[in-house]
Amino acid sequence: MFEVIFLQFLNGLDKGAAYALIALGLTLVFGTLGVVNFAHGALFMLGAFCAVMFRQFLTLETVTIDPTQTSPWGAPLEIRTPLVQAWFGDFGAVLVNYSVPFSILITIPIMLLLGIALERGIIKHFYKRPHAEQILVTFGLAIVAQEVIKSIFGPNPIPQPMPTDLRGAADIGSWIGFQANVITYPLWRLIYFLFSAIVIGGVFAFLQFTTFGMVVRAGMADRETVGLLGINIDRRFTIMFGLAAVVAGMAGVMYTPLLPPNYHLGMDFLVLSFVVVVVGGMGSLPGAVAAGFLLGILQSFASMTQVKDVIPGIDQIIIYLVAVVILLVRPRGLMGRRGVMES
Amino acid sequence: MTILKSGMSRRRLLQTGMAGIIGSGVAPMMFTKGAWAQEFCNNPTGDTVTLGLNLPLTGAYAEEGADEQKAYELAIAHLNGEGDGGLLNVLTPSALTGNGILGKKVGYVTSDSQTKSDVARAGATRMIERDGAIMITGGSSSGEAVAVQGLCQEMGVIFMAGLTHSNDTTGKDKRRYGFRHFFNAYQSGTALGPVLSNAYGNDRRAYHLTADYTWGWTQEESIKNTTEALGWDTVEAVRTPLGAGDFSQFLTPVLNSGADVLILNHYGNDMVNSLTQAVQFGMRDRQANGKDFQIVVPLFSELMAKGAGENIKGIFGTSNWHWNLQDPGSIAFTKSFGAAYGSPPSQAAHTCYVQTLLYADAVERAGTFYPPEVIKALEGHEFDGMGNGRTLYRAEDHQCMKSVLVVQGNDAPTSEYDVLNVVEEVDAATVDYDPSIFGGELGPAEPAPVCA
Amino acid sequence: MANFMSRNDLLLLLGFTVVVLTMPIWLTPFGAGYPDLLQRFMIFGIFAVGFNILFGLTGYLSFGHAAFFGVGSYAAVWSFKLLTLDAIPAMIFAVLISGLFALIIGFLSLRRSGIYFSILTLAFAQMSYNLAYSVLTPITNGETGLQLTLNDPRVLDAAIGQTFVGQPVPTLLGQQLGGYAGFYFCAGFLILSFFFAQRVAGSPFGMMLKSIKSNQTRMQFTGFNTRPYALSAFVISGMYAGLAGALLAVTDPLAGAERMQWTASGEVVLMTILGGVGTLVGPVIGAWIIKYFENILSALNDNILTQFWSFLPEGLAEIVVKVTSKFVGDGWHLTLGLVFVIIVIFLPGGIMEGVRRMAATARRSDPPGAKSHQHQPAE
Repeated sequence: MFEVIFLQFLNGLDKGAAYALIALGLTLVFGTLGVVNFAHGALFMLGAFCAVMFRQFLTLETVTIDPTQTSPWGAPLEIRTPLVQAWFGDFGAVLVNYSVPFSILITIPIMLLLGIALERGIIKHFYKRPHAEQILVTFGLAIVAQEVIKSIFGPNPIPQPMPTDLRGAADIGSWIGFQANVITYPLWRLIYFLFSAIVIGGVFAFLQFTTFGMVVRAGMADRETVGLLGINIDRRFTIMFGLAAVVAGMAGVMYTPLLPPNYHLGMDFLVLSFVVVVVGGMGSLPGAVAAGFLLGILQSFASMTQVKDVIPGIDQIIIYLVAVVILLVRPRGLMGRRGVMES
Repeated sequence: MTILKSGMSRRRLLQTGMAGIIGSGVAPMMFTKGAWAQEFCNNPTGDTVTLGLNLPLTGAYAEEGADEQKAYELAIAHLNGEGDGGLLNVLTPSALTGNGILGKKVGYVTSDSQTKSDVARAGATRMIERDGAIMITGGSSSGEAVAVQGLCQEMGVIFMAGLTHSNDTTGKDKRRYGFRHFFNAYQSGTALGPVLSNAYGNDRRAYHLTADYTWGWTQEESIKNTTEALGWDTVEAVRTPLGAGDFSQFLTPVLNSGADVLILNHYGNDMVNSLTQAVQFGMRDRQANGKDFQIVVPLFSELMAKGAGENIKGIFGTSNWHWNLQDPGSIAFTKSFGAAYGSPPSQAAHTCYVQTLLYADAVERAGTFYPPEVIKALEGHEFDGMGNGRTLYRAEDHQCMKSVLVVQGNDAPTSEYDVLNVVEEVDAATVDYDPSIFGGELGPAEPAPVCA
Repeated sequence: MANFMSRNDLLLLLGFTVVVLTMPIWLTPFGAGYPDLLQRFMIFGIFAVGFNILFGLTGYLSFGHAAFFGVGSYAAVWSFKLLTLDAIPAMIFAVLISGLFALIIGFLSLRRSGIYFSILTLAFAQMSYNLAYSVLTPITNGETGLQLTLNDPRVLDAAIGQTFVGQPVPTLLGQQLGGYAGFYFCAGFLILSFFFAQRVAGSPFGMMLKSIKSNQTRMQFTGFNTRPYALSAFVISGMYAGLAGALLAVTDPLAGAERMQWTASGEVVLMTILGGVGTLVGPVIGAWIIKYFENILSALNDNILTQFWSFLPEGLAEIVVKVTSKFVGDGWHLTLGLVFVIIVIFLPGGIMEGVRRMAATARRSDPPGAKSHQHQPAE
């Protein structure tokens, strides 16, 4: 029984890391800019499609038709040669194999520019407008983003294989003194967990230990005073929006081997990420992280048959149920501040 | 347009208003009279006849939907005498002429069902009411099929189901106006049983993950009955939400549950995700109870197999049809489809293509589009040459009785389409069953006068 | 009568009635003059009018109204199955059940405001949807949707010895409600709903709701407990949604879980915003436009486009077809999203604000009094 619970807990941490990572960017934007960004899920999705695009670019092929051979339906056989392999040989093959992690390199600048453009182009006009209108405009943007992706990449999920060396499961149990093959967990999910931890830690360190972060935190607490000190807080907030977009995008990239991305991915994660942020308390970074892990672990345990036998259907509603209970018992979420988002 | 309407001046509005009140008194009579005057719903009076294609172009089964659309376009071209004629040349007996249906050119309208029952039904209504569709066909889920079938019964329009695998479609939810060529979960169980017993023995412990909706449940039940009859134990049957995406929280409990076979009652993207993730959990490299751990996917499609990539290798399942069958019908269809679209057809494409031809053939044999006559022509009709051997459209439940394929993921594919091997063709007699075991009632054939 | 309603309100109601009843005539040239779509115009019009009573008047943005819509549908279909095929008991039953549902959810959700309220309603709606899809299948018939069958008990019908041949369909006093009969049935309810919404907006109760929107804190300082008012608005708007859901089940007796999903809740928000939140006519127009585009724009395919652009020179026509095809057919959501973003950015008051601005411009250029604006927004 212990190994069952341990595995479920591990799975909860793994899910929670994904939730926390998505919620982090959302709450970052809310905390700094005061904007409720319903397009955050779309940014996650766009990040995932950066990986798709990168891989499609790497696997561009030349097609030659061999008239001597025929395909099973009688047409001449097409022979495809990937260009990267033709040009770079083995290095090209490695590049294709590791396309997902490598695509982070292009995702960072793309998402940063996209985030900044979005903030300068549209979001900044909404700082003074009611939260309902912020929700609506970003919701509209999310629809536009997903439809553009759909018309380019089609409606179907596009699988992104993980590097061959990182497939399969790691025998964690044997590392900590269990029997072999009792506690195993997919390697890539462990990598995702580590990746999330590093990114979350990085964001916290950035805000805590750099001058930039200090100014931003001061701006979060009291925007006007910081402005009076002659500091251009607006530019820093723009960069924060770009940073949130980058975090969402990277989360999206690393998630692709676990779930083949399609255009709808953003909307699927949007509701979830909002629930996480609200449970954590709007605008609270530690709250979002804690809520992410909490919900991940609860969802994992709620999916066990032993639990479902007692409360049927609990796995389908646990996340929402927790959100409702927390909001009713602790009005501002786990770590929210007073007066946020209530007018 | 409505904007202009509401922006009109008061006087304008009052004027049109008066005209409208007078008009509206007359209007309902005018319109309904037109409907009553028709002998039956959407009787084609011109020189064309319109088929309504209800396709899941987005949503969980979008890939099937796209393939179905290709198949329908091909079938309609063939019916109109275009292209190479495809299966028109091999269907026996055949009343098809390659000159449309009853001399009328075949046209079509489409609607995106989004893989949702509600939307599918609204789309079918639209195609019947607005576009005058004489027959509705398509769909890639049993929910859609059952919902649309009920509507078609109400409207008096024939429904030729696309891909639907639930026992209910021709079981408890069967309708006089609905017809299914595809096989069902019960037949999957019957066909799969002996093969599983051969490959994995009779002492196995199975763990089911089941899509938590009607189709999943019927398949779980059918497969459980089969495997338990073999002597297998069922350790656990866990329901998973449709479209869960990440199945990891359901996979972790499998690892130490004592099970040595995982049965995935999932379809479409769900199956691709759950299978891929199960492989990532190392299940295929595992040992349990001193045996190799195995995964079984009772309903397979080559599109799903393609999506799951190499994870599918060696996994058993069943299919309605596969393109590398070597009978003349399958060869003709694969060639025709491949020439038109550059890829072999899926089983979804096949069943939709065949359904279109069977409908056209029944109309030709009946000599009229009048649905009750067409229904009579289809009920109990026996035909051959469509790639599944000799086939009977059973009169009792409108289920096609034909052979079923047991397939296995190909270990050494020669192309990206060569993903499945046909292990066994289980003949129609073996997968036959008594139609009364699922209950249900077909209802009357006389068209209800609701069609607008 | 003059005391009962202001002249402007009366004219608005009359104009609205006329526009609605003549729809089968004036929509035919636009390809929308067929019963199924007309019924949907009515049904989603009611849904949007009801949603506006909550969002437009009190400012509470609910992301879970589709749940009440779905509950209404399920309740209506169960009434058809268990009691009688007559539509009236089904509608009463549906409105009551969805009202009760709204009371419970509203009571809990209204303990919070702002985005916390939105998330609470969203969470409740998603729970309802997920449960309806899975463990509640004995009640909802899950993915397949709840349908009428020949073997349903229908105790009231059975008691008066009424039997039914063929597929059962809802009736009104023995009359079938398919096609145009269904449309006029729904149209009657839309006009009634509109009238009721008009009365609510103009009443002291409506004033109270509007003051909740403008400043709740101040209201509370003056010693007013605003909760009962907001809750009443929530329940009324939930009942509207239930009524709309029941009508959808009357015109097409199937209740599916998809209509409870949060995207369906999002759709009614889009409708209200697009038309003009807080106005009476706006939400209805928004609903009509979205349903019109959903049905008409999504049915356009490359063939139709090629015909449409065929007057252009060949090469150009191909490019234009390729570009436009991205915005119609499957891509109609893209058009919707773009229009929606543009409206929120430039016309936060929706189409009604556009109309008002145009009317204002026209008034300025015309001699005073020459133009009268027949739409008196409720705000």
